[in-house]
Amino acid sequence: MIAEIGHFALVLALCVALAQSVLPLVGAARGDSALMAFAKPAALAQFALVALAFGCLTYSFVVSDFTVRNVVMNSHSAKPLLYKVSGTWGNHEGSMVLWSLILGLFGALVAGFGRNLPPGLKARTLAVQGMIGVAFLAFIVFTSNPFERVFPPPTDGRDLNPLLQDPGLAFHPPFLYVGYVGFSIVFAFAMAALIEGRVDAAWARWVRPWTLAAWSALTLGIALGSWWAYYELGWGGWWYWDPVENASFMPWLVGAALLHSAIVAEKRDALKTWTILLSILAFALSLVGTFLVRSGVLTSVHAFAVDPARGIFILAILVAAIGGSLAMYAWRAPMLKGGGLFQPVSREGALVFNNVILATAAATVFIGTLYPLFLEALGGAKVSVGPPFFNATFVPLMIPLLLAVSAGPMLGWKRADLAGALQRLRAAMVVSLVVVAAAYWFADRRSVYAALGMGLAAWLFFGALVEWAERVRLFRAPMGTVWSRAANLPRASWGMTIAHAGLGLVVMGIAGVTAWQTEVIRVARTGDAFDVAGYKFVFKGVTRDEGPNYHIARGTFEVYRNEKLYAVMAPERRFFPVAGMSTTETAIRTNLLADLYATIGDPESAAQTGNIPAFLAPVTPQTAWTVRIYHNPLVPWIWLGACTMVLGGLVSLTDRRHRVGAPARVRPTDTVASPAE
Amino acid sequence: MKLPRARQAKRRRLMVLLLAALGLGTAAALTLTAFDDHLVFFHTPSDVAAHKVPVDRQMRIGGLVEEGSVERVAGSPVIRFRVTDLEHAVPVTYQGVLPDLFREGQGVVANGRLGADGTFRAAEVLAKHDENYMPSEVAEALKRSGRWQEGAAKPK
Repeated sequence: MIAEIGHFALVLALCVALAQSVLPLVGAARGDSALMAFAKPAALAQFALVALAFGCLTYSFVVSDFTVRNVVMNSHSAKPLLYKVSGTWGNHEGSMVLWSLILGLFGALVAGFGRNLPPGLKARTLAVQGMIGVAFLAFIVFTSNPFERVFPPPTDGRDLNPLLQDPGLAFHPPFLYVGYVGFSIVFAFAMAALIEGRVDAAWARWVRPWTLAAWSALTLGIALGSWWAYYELGWGGWWYWDPVENASFMPWLVGAALLHSAIVAEKRDALKTWTILLSILAFALSLVGTFLVRSGVLTSVHAFAVDPARGIFILAILVAAIGGSLAMYAWRAPMLKGGGLFQPVSREGALVFNNVILATAAATVFIGTLYPLFLEALGGAKVSVGPPFFNATFVPLMIPLLLAVSAGPMLGWKRADLAGALQRLRAAMVVSLVVVAAAYWFADRRSVYAALGMGLAAWLFFGALVEWAERVRLFRAPMGTVWSRAANLPRASWGMTIAHAGLGLVVMGIAGVTAWQTEVIRVARTGDAFDVAGYKFVFKGVTRDEGPNYHIARGTFEVYRNEKLYAVMAPERRFFPVAGMSTTETAIRTNLLADLYATIGDPESAAQTGNIPAFLAPVTPQTAWTVRIYHNPLVPWIWLGACTMVLGGLVSLTDRRHRVGAPARVRPTDTVASPAE
Repeated sequence: MKLPRARQAKRRRLMVLLLAALGLGTAAALTLTAFDDHLVFFHTPSDVAAHKVPVDRQMRIGGLVEEGSVERVAGSPVIRFRVTDLEHAVPVTYQGVLPDLFREGQGVVANGRLGADGTFRAAEVLAKHDENYMPSEVAEALKRSGRWQEGAAKPK
């Protein structure tokens, strides 16, 4: 019964979305305020209906209703409650419902809080949002019904893929989707602006908070995913340039570019058509991301649950959305009027530089990710593009951008004095050079790159601090003045400082772990001792244990530092009999400067018997086990830095200007597009 | 007043265009050189058996882990196994911890180099997370060797 209510709610939501995508558009075109006003209740109703459907699905998972096929395939009655709930979106059908739920939520937020939006823009934005809703709800209803029944119902389920039974991955998809879908709102705004033929500072100001929210959520989602891969896959790495990772990274890069170009559009009324294009691309890449992950067209370490037939449907959505919006752009964008002028060396110039590099970097990632697909589609050889490709293309592109990040905010609008800006940054420059020298002399003389990476990170971090200090006139003015300046500093400025400093932390983490990682792979018998990066590891053997829905083989290491016990680490292998799958649980001991990271493999001379993996085979205390230990310097800073960037985004989001006092539109006669310019 | 503004706009547009061209040019150059060095080709065990495969170049091979072929070298973390497309098999050595879904009879993709002795030295071994799913490379290898039945998830 509950499942039928959910299914019915989905179909109703589809009908509402259909109406929402047509009526307000007609209303806006005819100037009929009653039809335009229909958008708001429709958006709210669509959200309520999808929420009802999502609630029904969650309920089916929580009570383990095994008459629903989706629950049978992805749940088990013995599973902990958290994973019963997260199982709702841990599968294809449920994740699409989550997508639509977040889409509905954003639509409802625009409907509910967009009081200061002009009615025409609001109606058109919600109509475009409705169209996206139609596409995804139709996809769910016609190809991926999560409420399909199964008869006769089995006594128990097949369990959720055990790799997904993990807190990091339980919350990874929701954040990722908030990011993807957040860009749909920006896309809807861009489409509405193109239909209206009008983009101005007010438009950019309405768009910025949504971009910020989407980008922050996407950052958090990517960080969570990377953290999960780090501790769950047991390979000691944190980023694999895997297609599924790239799928979320491309919209992130374009979103970051959009974040910056929207500033120029708002403050200087320039780069408007480019901002519109970025809005389209950010959402297009979000759709491509969904397509790559959901269709399984690329071999990936992360991919799960694939069905090419659904891929065709998503591809159709993709072609309609991207083709339609780009055609719209080609038709209407030339009518938009250009705005403020600026010199090459200026804040605007710096932001253009940022945009060019981020867009180019996104393009290289795009080529590296999709080239194998194109080649195969054309009947060519089967190839893959691995990390070396991205290290050789993406990394060199990023270096000039990272160098410019600290200088950009020091430049004034319109025209600026680069030498003066660098002069004011000399403190950061000195610190960075000291860091380079220190990293080279004290940490590692083999790697010049590591030292330069450290210096670059210090330049970012201290550059952000110096910029802040300049703004509040630290050390130049009495403390009282500094205090009041800091208190009056717009939240957006605080956000920028925090986010740029966070970027510095990320770069430092990446440089540190890339250059100085230590890996030890060996076999160990009980009592064996060996050295890893100055720590003495003593292997204490492997014991067996039972979890709620899995069997455990648990290895134990005593770790000594200077002959004193520093830590006891207990990595596990787990076998989930229902799903017939095993997972690796790494043991990680961090002191925030470096991680010790331990995993165990299989026992020597034991083989799998039937379905039972080798690590559960009978062994003696003398059996040697394969073990894999890493010392990962600075790796926690990658996630620390990513969270700092998210914090920066959130602080910026609380800026009062985003909520109140949106500038009144300039008199329409000034900004209405004149088709022949 | 109007003319200088237009000219300034033109200059600015030119500047942006040059900058974009420079960025794209750099990216294109980087991409092309990187493609040359880092494109990893996929080969089937039959390709290797037919000596159609260059030695000591990074590549991927894929197929099924041959039943009964997995052996561990005593006292070292080295594992030997054979990857087969049910026509030919390639001996593979790998040092380290195999992925959780690595099983005899299951699909596997190995990333590494072929030695002059005909043994493939894997730097990375990938097995799918979902055991009902066949990696597309493995399906390809089985199709090429003629041992693939459409719709069969797990050819035995």
